[in-house]
Amino acid sequence: MASDWDWQVFCKDTIEGQVQPGCFGSQGDITYLDWLLSAWGWTLSVSLLALVVALTIGALMGVLRTAPSKGLRFIGNAWTELFRNIPLLVQVFLWYYVIPELIPSLKQVSSFVLMVFALGFFTSARVAEQVKAGIQSLPKGQRHAGLAMGLTLPQTYRFVLLPMAFRIVIPPLTSESMNIVKNSSVAFAISIAELTMFARQAGEETSRNIEIYLAVTALYFLSAFLINRVALLIERRVQVPGMIGGAR
Amino acid sequence: MNKTLIALAACLVWSAAQADTLTKIKDAGAVTMGVRESSGALSYTLGDGKYVGYHVEICERVIKAVQKQLGLTALVTRYQPVTSQNRIPLVQNGTVDIECGSTTNNIARQRDVSFAVTTYVEEVRIATKVNSGITGIAQLNGRKVATTTGTTSVQTLRKNERASGMSFDEVYGKDHADSFLLMESGRADAFVMDGQILAGLISKAKKPAEFRIVGEVLSVEPIALVIRREDPQFKKVVDATIIDMMKSGELAKLYDKWFLQPIPPTNTRVGLPLSEATRAAWATPNDKPMEDYARK
Repeated sequence: MASDWDWQVFCKDTIEGQVQPGCFGSQGDITYLDWLLSAWGWTLSVSLLALVVALTIGALMGVLRTAPSKGLRFIGNAWTELFRNIPLLVQVFLWYYVIPELIPSLKQVSSFVLMVFALGFFTSARVAEQVKAGIQSLPKGQRHAGLAMGLTLPQTYRFVLLPMAFRIVIPPLTSESMNIVKNSSVAFAISIAELTMFARQAGEETSRNIEIYLAVTALYFLSAFLINRVALLIERRVQVPGMIGGAR
Repeated sequence: MNKTLIALAACLVWSAAQADTLTKIKDAGAVTMGVRESSGALSYTLGDGKYVGYHVEICERVIKAVQKQLGLTALVTRYQPVTSQNRIPLVQNGTVDIECGSTTNNIARQRDVSFAVTTYVEEVRIATKVNSGITGIAQLNGRKVATTTGTTSVQTLRKNERASGMSFDEVYGKDHADSFLLMESGRADAFVMDGQILAGLISKAKKPAEFRIVGEVLSVEPIALVIRREDPQFKKVVDATIIDMMKSGELAKLYDKWFLQPIPPTNTRVGLPLSEATRAAWATPNDKPMEDYARK
């Protein structure tokens, strides 16, 4: 099979299919390599922005789910169950096709923004679950001790519970952050020119599906792996000796 | 023991890949037809493992001819659904003996597989809402244009932009139904796609009268059945059967049945009259690639 491979396909321009010297396009024309890199950019932009949304809202909802107030706990639980129990692709279609029928002004919102929030909300439910688990894994006495010292409830969370809980949940959050890169592949369904769309379209145009999928696979792997390494670095930097994961 | 088995399996795979299709069909007593779930009236499913369409029916005629030539009393036809991503590899590796979908014959694919004589010439057209004011490609400049990811229409749009200096705001559906929804819901002003797919989607729309096909033909693509490369005996049977149908008027009858009469499952008409290009392909049967059509 190896002799059948044609890696030159990435140096071809996307209009005439001619191999370009230097492998990059010029004068407004692009090659499949240019397109691949731009698609990678879209994948990373969707993933990283959605990750920001997911961590922010997920942390908030996770905290609400451990709050003493029944109302706050209900909000956190409802949010988590809503976004955790609907498949991601269905959620994306709901945001893109269904909700704009009810709220027409949403039709003006770009599919990129919708995707960032759809993926962010979906992942925030999973982050909320982990943040809640992290807080609940701490002995009850810590919360009581904080309150007994005269700290308010928010202060207890800020200075006693969360610094510990977040350190505990870094490993599962790393998995979620890597998942977000992989889940971003559904963005092709709502017209975002990311890696999966590139693979389908360029594969069709060049008839070199295997080479194109291999390149796209490598970029997905690289992106997820980079997030894994960055998370590991953060985990090491913030570790407290004697705590979970600290004794090494 | 295991090693023997592996060696045996390897031999079988090797011989399957090497043997010509006619011998393979004779030995197996079966033929595998590659079909599509939803390729307009060319090849689609009624559910329940049933596949029908213009190309499926042509293939059934071809298989009958093969059976006659091989002198088989019984020949089992298996239906294997394929997608645009896997149809070529499945023909190459022997899973599918003859693909009866909607595959465009082009030079890149001719390196991997062989095509029967062209049975249908597709014209890429523009569909739009009646009240959009769009009558041709010139009015699409700066407008939102929907098309489907993984089709040649994406490239057609790009070539048109490059040639004319226009710029479209493209939106991509993941399949034809999604792309149509983009236009129906107002996220796109027009939908550029194969004429027969557009006609089929419009006929099945909630309000077919709201949509119409307008403007010039953007690209012409010969569509044909796909078989393995370098298998002259099989290609001869396939081509001879189809050319007979062209000469006898049988193919014209099939065209009428699938494109002009009501078809299952909803008994709606595609309503796409025979194009000049398809008529020409029947008059002089050939397996020329798309690139030859563009050059004329």
